[in-house]
Amino acid sequence: MTIVFEKRLTRSRRAMFLVPVLSLVLALVFGAMILLVFRVNPLEAYRVMVQGSLGSGYALSETLVKAIPLMLTGLGVAIAFRMLFWNIGAEGQLAMGGIAAAYIALFWADRLPGPLVLPTMFVAGVLAGAVWGLIPAFLRAALGVNEILTTLMMNYIAILLVEYLYLGPWRDPQGYGFPGTAQFPQVAWLPRLTGRVHVGLIFALVAAVLVWFVLNRTRWGYEIQVIGENPRAARYSGINIGFNILLVMLLSGGLSGLAGMAEVAGISRRLYQGLTVGYGYTAIIVAWLANLNPWGILLVAFLMGALLVGGDQLQVALGLPAAVALVLQGAILFFVLGGSIFVNYRVRIIRGHKEAKEA
Amino acid sequence: MGIESPPSPAVQMRGITKRFPGVLANDHVDLEVYPGEVMALLGENGAGKSTLMNVLSGLYRPDEGEILIHGWPVHLHSPRDAIAHGIGMVHQHFMLVETLTVAENVILGLDTVGWVPRMEEVHRQIEALSEQYGLRVDPTAYIWQLSVGEQQRVEILKLLYRGADILILDEPTAVLTPQESADLSRTLRRMADEGKAVIFITHKLDEVMAFADRVTVLRAGKVVATLRTAETNKVELARLMVGREVLFRLEKRTCQPGEVALEVKDLQALNDKGLPALRGVSFQICAGEILGIAGVAGNGQRELAEVITGLRRATGGSVRVYGRDITNRSPREIIEAGISHIPGDRVGVGLVPNLPISDNLAMKAYRHPPLARGPLLDRSAMRDFARRLVEAFRIATPSPQTPARLLSGGNQQRVVLAREITASKGILVAVYPTRGLDVGATEAVRKALLEERDKGAAILLISEDLDELMQLSDRIAVLYEGQVMGVVVPEETTPEAIGLMMAGQRAEE
Repeated sequence: MTIVFEKRLTRSRRAMFLVPVLSLVLALVFGAMILLVFRVNPLEAYRVMVQGSLGSGYALSETLVKAIPLMLTGLGVAIAFRMLFWNIGAEGQLAMGGIAAAYIALFWADRLPGPLVLPTMFVAGVLAGAVWGLIPAFLRAALGVNEILTTLMMNYIAILLVEYLYLGPWRDPQGYGFPGTAQFPQVAWLPRLTGRVHVGLIFALVAAVLVWFVLNRTRWGYEIQVIGENPRAARYSGINIGFNILLVMLLSGGLSGLAGMAEVAGISRRLYQGLTVGYGYTAIIVAWLANLNPWGILLVAFLMGALLVGGDQLQVALGLPAAVALVLQGAILFFVLGGSIFVNYRVRIIRGHKEAKEA
Repeated sequence: MGIESPPSPAVQMRGITKRFPGVLANDHVDLEVYPGEVMALLGENGAGKSTLMNVLSGLYRPDEGEILIHGWPVHLHSPRDAIAHGIGMVHQHFMLVETLTVAENVILGLDTVGWVPRMEEVHRQIEALSEQYGLRVDPTAYIWQLSVGEQQRVEILKLLYRGADILILDEPTAVLTPQESADLSRTLRRMADEGKAVIFITHKLDEVMAFADRVTVLRAGKVVATLRTAETNKVELARLMVGREVLFRLEKRTCQPGEVALEVKDLQALNDKGLPALRGVSFQICAGEILGIAGVAGNGQRELAEVITGLRRATGGSVRVYGRDITNRSPREIIEAGISHIPGDRVGVGLVPNLPISDNLAMKAYRHPPLARGPLLDRSAMRDFARRLVEAFRIATPSPQTPARLLSGGNQQRVVLAREITASKGILVAVYPTRGLDVGATEAVRKALLEERDKGAAILLISEDLDELMQLSDRIAVLYEGQVMGVVVPEETTPEAIGLMMAGQRAEE
């Protein structure tokens, strides 16, 4: 007996709906087993997660707070992935955006006219992320250096640079030794809409529209799509692939840089270790789960935000170790991502004949 | 072979049905092949020929039907099973290990040779078989040293060495020069004379008439006829194969060449391995003229087309378009200079299979109005453009939004053709434009090329189909190892003369 995966001729609509649902159910069953090991009632745990992430206005606002950077970085990596440029450096690009915004807030806020502070931070954050993305893009376009390695390495540089700054030269002298810079002056605070939800949400929504428009309505978007689907055909039709890599990474890095700016100016209002908590990596999962579709990224980022907040609630309400929440999150992602193969493939079991060798 | 009572068939396939998701590849096919005969399996692409033979050689299992070998029902579960029953197949893509010798490839996978094969003995056996069937090849040579034709002989030797008496060859002449084809035909005949049953798959009518005793014609997965070649002719076979009358002669007006449109001078370039692929190629093509490039695949044709269209760097020499030097310009500049390109690798280079036909048709026109409005793309203009081309070039598709990968090969080529002819400003580089196409689509492509020529286009036609070159070209240049062996006029030469040049002999001037 052999088990084979057969590619479906068309993506099954039924599977597209059923598979994620079933995957989620399986993940919850799997998670339940782990929770039982910790002598926690799984139903109670799941209720806490849902209640804590979606069950109240406050819960919803906290979920949105986590969703904003995921939306921006998710959109950023998605546009690069569309072109098969494997930018896994959103984390570093976000960090550089945060550093640039913090620099303006800390050292220029009193020298600039008040209303110009936030716009300047915006531009600085976007530019810093873009430049950070441009370095691996240039290495790839000019020298053919593998971007998976370079974008990843650039993350470590950026993350450690953030650490160096808030522990060293930018450390708050009045901070009683706490790691972090001083709080930004109020002109450098991003306005909040409700709870801790800040204007970054609007940035993210506008960015989604922008990305959709670029991909679907411009010549540039058409070129990105042709390169992503068939680079040889792109070259053949006269598309300059190297130049497009640079352009796309400007946008991709810029969006992640903006996420960093929004985080420091909207949430922490200072530079500290809470900036680089892995949004840029989660963004990769968000982008793929959403099939690189901008609207899908908004939705998936929101759900992922709920998962993060719900996981925190497990620690707070049930006193579970932080690692358990991470295991649950991992299990859900594992099942949902793993399940997606069944949308494009179907399993067939072939029974071998015993009489094979005679005749 | 004496004259006895009719021998029992070596192969009987009865009611073979094979389904693939969405396709009925073989629909209750019956086939009988007798020892001592050469049988042709004729049909267009997608008619089910290869599927049927893959069933017989154990690669696929039929959904229905039975197979009898020398009268005994068999179940074939793998090529190994098949060879144990004396059935062997030479595939279109050879399955040889390049870094091993001929003899090593021949005994590869055999469990009868023991742990330490006695190679002297193997060499002797191979030489004996070579002698017997006219398959000249040195058993100690490495595969990478051999020409494609020699590699094919190794594949056949592999089967003979395993004692196959039912041999299947899938489009064996596609990679051969006319001389090599003639050699192969003699080998097939000798094998039949020894009492073996030989089946070869083809869509070329000339080959059926020249090689085979009998022919079975498949169309859309069904057998439409089984005939003796002595009792039929090409016209009837073509009608059976296509299902309608086919024109063999395309109307071709005499050429009225204008000024020189494309001039290539002493062109040199390297192949992907960094070895010289073009070694000083020169020619001119005038407006309103088709220059054919003949040659066995791999003698620099691909590199020539790529250098002209800017996809590969020239290491020496020049390419001029109406006198303007475009050597080593970017593909974009060369497109703007007026050169269109029908690439040899249709799906890998010429199309974006996952994108809709409308996007594929726009690949050259999207930079300029009406499809472009500044940096924006006018999607509705793109749809109109696609609808117009779909109609003008009779592309059979449910809608312009259908992904290109869902089209048949012929319609995919129509998409490429429509785009390139529309974008063309006088020069067309067509590489293997009818390869893999069925008779109907081939006819359409050839007609379109001739029409473009009559409208004044200069066309470089690279083809491995000598008939096609003789029919369409006004002049033919023969390429061998990156050099032009000679330029001839089709009306004043013979396929044999071209064949000699394809094998490396210079034309006498």
